[in-house]
Amino acid sequence: MSSAHTKTEHGHTDHNYLNHGSGIWSWMTTLDHKRIGLMYFATVATLFLIGGFFALGIRLHLAKFGAEPLLSPDTYNKFMTFHGAIMVFMVIIPGIPAFLGNFVLPIQLGAKDVAFPRLNLASYYIFIAGAALAASSMIFNQVDTGWTFYTPYSTAKTSNGVILLVMGAFTMGFSSILTGLNFIVTTHKLRAPGMTMDRIPLMIWALYSTSIIQILATPILAITLLLIGAEKTLGVGIFDPDLGGDPVLFQHFFWFYSHPAVYIMILPAMGVISELITAFSKKTIFGYRAIAYSSVAIAAVSFLVWGHHMFVSGQSTLAGIIFSIITMFVGVPTAIKLFNWISTMYRGTVTFEAPMLFALGFMFLFTIGGLTGVFLASTGMDVHFHDTYFVVAHFHYVMVGGTLMALMGGIYYWFPKMFGRMTSDLGGRISWVLIFTGFNVTFFPQFVLGAMGMPRRYFDYLPEYTNLNQISTVGSWLIGLGFLVGLITIIHGIFKGEKASDNPWGAKTLEWQTSSPPPHENFTTTPTVTAGPYDFR
Amino acid sequence: MTSVSSSSEFHHQHHFKSAEHQYASSKQGIWLFLCTEILMFGGLFVGYLIYHSLYPTVFKNGSETLDWKMGAVNTVVLLVSSFTMAAAINYVQRGLHKIAAIMLALTIACAAAFMVIKYFEYSHKFHVGTVPGKFSLVDPSCAAGGKRATCESKIAALLKNPAELEKNHVSAEEVSRLKAVISQPKWEMFYGFYFVMTGLHGIHVVAGALMIFWIFIKTLRRKVGPEYYTPVEGVGLFWHVVDLVWIYLFPLLYLVG
Repeated sequence: MSSAHTKTEHGHTDHNYLNHGSGIWSWMTTLDHKRIGLMYFATVATLFLIGGFFALGIRLHLAKFGAEPLLSPDTYNKFMTFHGAIMVFMVIIPGIPAFLGNFVLPIQLGAKDVAFPRLNLASYYIFIAGAALAASSMIFNQVDTGWTFYTPYSTAKTSNGVILLVMGAFTMGFSSILTGLNFIVTTHKLRAPGMTMDRIPLMIWALYSTSIIQILATPILAITLLLIGAEKTLGVGIFDPDLGGDPVLFQHFFWFYSHPAVYIMILPAMGVISELITAFSKKTIFGYRAIAYSSVAIAAVSFLVWGHHMFVSGQSTLAGIIFSIITMFVGVPTAIKLFNWISTMYRGTVTFEAPMLFALGFMFLFTIGGLTGVFLASTGMDVHFHDTYFVVAHFHYVMVGGTLMALMGGIYYWFPKMFGRMTSDLGGRISWVLIFTGFNVTFFPQFVLGAMGMPRRYFDYLPEYTNLNQISTVGSWLIGLGFLVGLITIIHGIFKGEKASDNPWGAKTLEWQTSSPPPHENFTTTPTVTAGPYDFR
Repeated sequence: MTSVSSSSEFHHQHHFKSAEHQYASSKQGIWLFLCTEILMFGGLFVGYLIYHSLYPTVFKNGSETLDWKMGAVNTVVLLVSSFTMAAAINYVQRGLHKIAAIMLALTIACAAAFMVIKYFEYSHKFHVGTVPGKFSLVDPSCAAGGKRATCESKIAALLKNPAELEKNHVSAEEVSRLKAVISQPKWEMFYGFYFVMTGLHGIHVVAGALMIFWIFIKTLRRKVGPEYYTPVEGVGLFWHVVDLVWIYLFPLLYLVG
């Protein structure tokens, strides 16, 4: 037991956070971090469906089943932009921290709420405002720049819809900063008695490191996006070669945020995996400190590697070599985590419920994503692979195979805590099989396509790429089906799922020591922590 | 459960152990937020550094067309406002609401004075045509994406017209400075930085003034006092950062030639 608090309520108390206040207004104005987490869940899930629709559209077009192309080149570029912008800014970045993080972080710390509950609610509405602003560009003035908004195309050539989309992303970045700030202060100031920094669960270490990146990197994105807006409206010239500006400076600014942002996406996922692996191995985690500090190490290194996105942008060879070497350093803390998870499973009592399958799926897919990253970090090979489908496959393995796998695993794992009901384990497993298989069928061929030289972002391709593209498209339907099954499983679980006990998985962290669903203030009495978070005996 | 509390009976929020605990947490939050503000301006400073080293003459000539006297007055105005803000915090902490409110009102007045001076500076720039890229051109079709190199700029048009010069209060000395500016290619770059940096700073001044107004009301209604002054101190810290950014902007834009 990690906690020695006395009053664990078993069974279901009548009063919990879900029925603490009723009606839609009590949700809209709630200051409860658990409810805000669930509101993020609903929002992100909806946006995920929209982003997924664009993804399936892109894949269907690229399969070239008919004689006529499905999308016009212009529409294709817009689909690609909206897919990327929605998935990155509105799904993967907020997905785990804002949804799962909001839900579990205070409970895992033994706190009653986050440090600034009203700011937390404000972050949610700022996120909604940003998403609405970005979405309005879908209606008024569609954007075809890709989610990276590369200049000078975005500033000189394309429509003014870019202004709406970048201001939407700016606003959502503000929300991201405020959430990160809230988490850092909560972790510093609101830990339960006895919860020292080396007793906080690894999920918290991951969220804490993520928050540091959110605070240090997002302002750079903010100023970059503001400059695009200024460039577009005033023609200030900072990125415009015509006025003496430099588009490559944009790339530096952009990737100075967007590379760390990759770790905003993946670090919380790693936190989820640490929780899942220990809970389903029934064993104390191997190398707690190594995993904890490796999260901070990844956060630190993440700021020094942005130049690997720009090996072919004309930066100096020396810069390329330095960025290449530092990039490979990222592999060290990542591998530490992976080896520690495997060591945790070794001689553990491993069971394979749906969340654990997603955790294993994460480890498998993320390893492929990570190892192919080494190819891209090597300057020589990157010249060959740059802007090909190899890159597309690589980052989908990392972001989708990594983050979305962890997100799904995390949802199934914490679902009983959120709703006091279980999801169907069979449903969870079926969704895992479909997503995992579909994912590999979709993206593995893209490694081959990239190595064969198929460029990314293009509307059309040479005939020799047809077969692999069609396989890839079929795989995308499996992924879509898998998420659909997952969605049905979750909705079924909310309304019809079996009643869950307080600790259905036999996990040791604090959130499992309170009732399911937890009361409004998380614990009936503040827990006192006497040992580390994963003390299985 | 949340805190609309008066100074006489202050309750901390339910998830904090004590008022001190809440105060320490709030303060940490504000400092973290201020870090993000500094970093955001940091992006612009990096850009300034790069282009200043690429086009030293453009930046020198450009900075000579700025009115350093107005900039200096504004610097003093902001320094005074920082002083009155700090004094306001002190008076709120000591429960002297009336003088605290006066100090806050003076701070807002300084913010307003800053913006008025800024308005005069900006409008003069608009008149003589020292504005960023797009708006520096006479022919709107050039701004819409035509070849800039062949377009006449507003300054060039103005300099040919003595009547217009007089109407816009352009002295002979300024004429020579403006001529020096347009003698260099890519001169619009300097004004791009000038307007983006001072513009973003100006937005912060306005936002800061609105927040000071918010705590001014709070002070008048005695919602803050010796037991609870977190919002006053938080807004104060924000205001000092706004001042601090200007203290860097002023020499970089007006004095470093």
